Amino acid sequence: MAKTYINGIGCVSAQATTNGFPSEFTVDENANFLEIVKPEYKDYFSPIASRRMAKGVKNGIVASTLAMKEAGIENPDAIITGTGMGCIEDSDKFLKAIIDNNEQFLTPTSFIQSTHNTVASTIAINLGCKSYNFTYVNGAVSFESALMDAKLQFDADEVASVLVGGVDEMTDYTKSLFKLAGFIKPDASGPHDILKPETKATIFSEGATFFVLSDEKSDMTYAELVDVETVNKIAVDAVAQKAIAFLKANNLTQHDIDAVVLGFNGDVEFDEYYKNVSREFAFTPQVYYKHVSGEYNTASGFGLYVGANILKNQEIPHALKVNDVEKPSYHKILLYNQYRGIDHSFVLISV
Amino acid sequence: MNRGVAITGMGIISAIGNNVEENFHALTNSGKGISKTGNIDTVHKDEIMFGEIKKSNDDLASELGLPQNHNFTRTALLGAYAAKQAVADAGISDINQYKTGLINSTSVGGMDTTEKHYYEYFEDPETVKFIAAHDGGDVSQKITEIIGLEGFVTTISTACSSAANAIMLGARMIKAGKLDRVIVGGTDGLAKFTINGFKTLMILTDTYNTPFDNDRKGLNLGEAAAFLVLESDEIVEKEGKKVLARVTGYANANDAFHQTASSENGEGAFLAMQKAFKVADLDPTQIDYINVHGTATPNNDLSEGRAVARIYEGNDVPDFSSTKAFTGHTLAAAAAIEAVYSVLAIRNGVVFPNLNFKTKMSEIDLVPQTELKYKNINHVLSNSFGFGGNCSTVIFSKN
Repeated sequence: MAKTYINGIGCVSAQATTNGFPSEFTVDENANFLEIVKPEYKDYFSPIASRRMAKGVKNGIVASTLAMKEAGIENPDAIITGTGMGCIEDSDKFLKAIIDNNEQFLTPTSFIQSTHNTVASTIAINLGCKSYNFTYVNGAVSFESALMDAKLQFDADEVASVLVGGVDEMTDYTKSLFKLAGFIKPDASGPHDILKPETKATIFSEGATFFVLSDEKSDMTYAELVDVETVNKIAVDAVAQKAIAFLKANNLTQHDIDAVVLGFNGDVEFDEYYKNVSREFAFTPQVYYKHVSGEYNTASGFGLYVGANILKNQEIPHALKVNDVEKPSYHKILLYNQYRGIDHSFVLISV
Repeated sequence: MNRGVAITGMGIISAIGNNVEENFHALTNSGKGISKTGNIDTVHKDEIMFGEIKKSNDDLASELGLPQNHNFTRTALLGAYAAKQAVADAGISDINQYKTGLINSTSVGGMDTTEKHYYEYFEDPETVKFIAAHDGGDVSQKITEIIGLEGFVTTISTACSSAANAIMLGARMIKAGKLDRVIVGGTDGLAKFTINGFKTLMILTDTYNTPFDNDRKGLNLGEAAAFLVLESDEIVEKEGKKVLARVTGYANANDAFHQTASSENGEGAFLAMQKAFKVADLDPTQIDYINVHGTATPNNDLSEGRAVARIYEGNDVPDFSSTKAFTGHTLAAAAAIEAVYSVLAIRNGVVFPNLNFKTKMSEIDLVPQTELKYKNINHVLSNSFGFGGNCSTVIFSKN
């Protein structure tokens, strides 16, 4: 059974993450949507290609290119992506055209690009990569499903390197729907303290985070991916026990954990899940990140990016600390995430 | 041969029947399910035909016992309907008794309701509940509500190969001991979004689809849902379960050629079949029946035909047929309904006919099985291919 190492990461997010892990994070407590820091797309695409491609596809290609470059691989044995909402820019475009033009005068481009696996297949076509190519679309565990699938293949000694990523994009119209449905906090309702929420809904964003997983350690290795587990539903008072059971399955107790990375997103309605895990790990350094990344279905990919960098740098960035607890060194990190009380994920990484 | 993973239950709803028996009856009596639409208000309704399920959303909701104010989309309703049958067929009374998972797949997700309410959301508060029902994950969440599952749940979306990939992941997770039991399959409801999408690609026929025929004009879009229950051998032995058939081989490969078109020589399809034989530890000549993807588009059938011919170079190609002339192309659900048909072929020793075939393709020497044919069937190979060059093969074997 091969081990699984994180050997390269690429991240496009609301922070300046395309040139390595940021030394400083921008926090805007008044925003209900965090705009991404746009990569230099012209370094990756011709102007014509750039105009044709939706944001999510571009960000996915940028992030995957960065991850593969860092890991020094060119043709992975599998490409696995997760996306909660898929390519909504193109599906919005095609759907609007259908409705506005009464099903007439349509062109296929946006329909073709609206398919959920567009990012994974575009990467495959660009690389000429004929290997396994999967896309998961299960809300907040879309990314973790991809991660679990990759881990399964390493465990079975079927692969040497796998490209895994999470990507989600937002459009103005979907943003307006999410405000209407109460998923995004109302405009001008800030400031929002993610750790002490008083209102429902969250601050949103978008982004792409890709990882190269390998069966061999290298100079670039961030951490070992030890285990991934997802559960669709947990009672709020059982979530801390579930975290402990996940550790136990890996022959660990909570005292073995040097930091927990929690997906706190400032939604008072479902915050108790995070608080319960937080209370269970009261004496452990705790990390949060959605005040800098925003919430989106695959934001937990950004969380893994943070966790992996903590292990690599042996330091928790000040802006991401939940509490004042510190450790002389960081070896094992537990990540926990959920969205609106469902799609819970536990990830364990170690050095 | 690899021992494979046991299939202990099946559920299905398609244009040719609301359960496994009705589907089998239609398949063995040339009962096509292709018709004009009665449920969808599309401007194209007089020009094209569909593999439409005649039950309305209200019919499905009431049969599922849903409250009036539910927010199930058609895709979720069909999925829940078929998954519930599969769980019952496997004789499962306590769904959470073992480590149980759901691996669902869908391509349109809740698009059928999104397109109905897109501009209404801001005017009609009653419709707002459907905003949360748009994504693929919500479809699976709805299915778990109906079958009461709490555990591993995920959703795959790789266009028209989605359900094959769900079956594949399920089998791999059982083999790895990650799950004891898993419900795998897919669901897609008809939507104006996909009707118009495929129409702009000019791959819809204006009549009945004719898979593998030289003069094929394109596909009929269909809708369906189907699920299989896969269980570990430990459960099968402990509970003395009846095993319907086994999943012995599977593979996914990418054509890496074009977003919507298959490569001329069907490279991805060839690689998927080749890898699946390796996983199953079977020789291609051991296959008794191939349920081809056979969408009846000019591109798919030629590309797939070439890949099949290449696999069987120097050997006879086994009996093969596409069942899409019965059901239409049901997108993400296609590989799930065809998995059910593959199991039925094994259990009943029957090759289902490739309807509407008249003339052999000029490019390759391949003639599908056009009549119902009874014979012993040990192994069935099922192909499914999707946008993005996604090529999947699953092999089913007699227990």
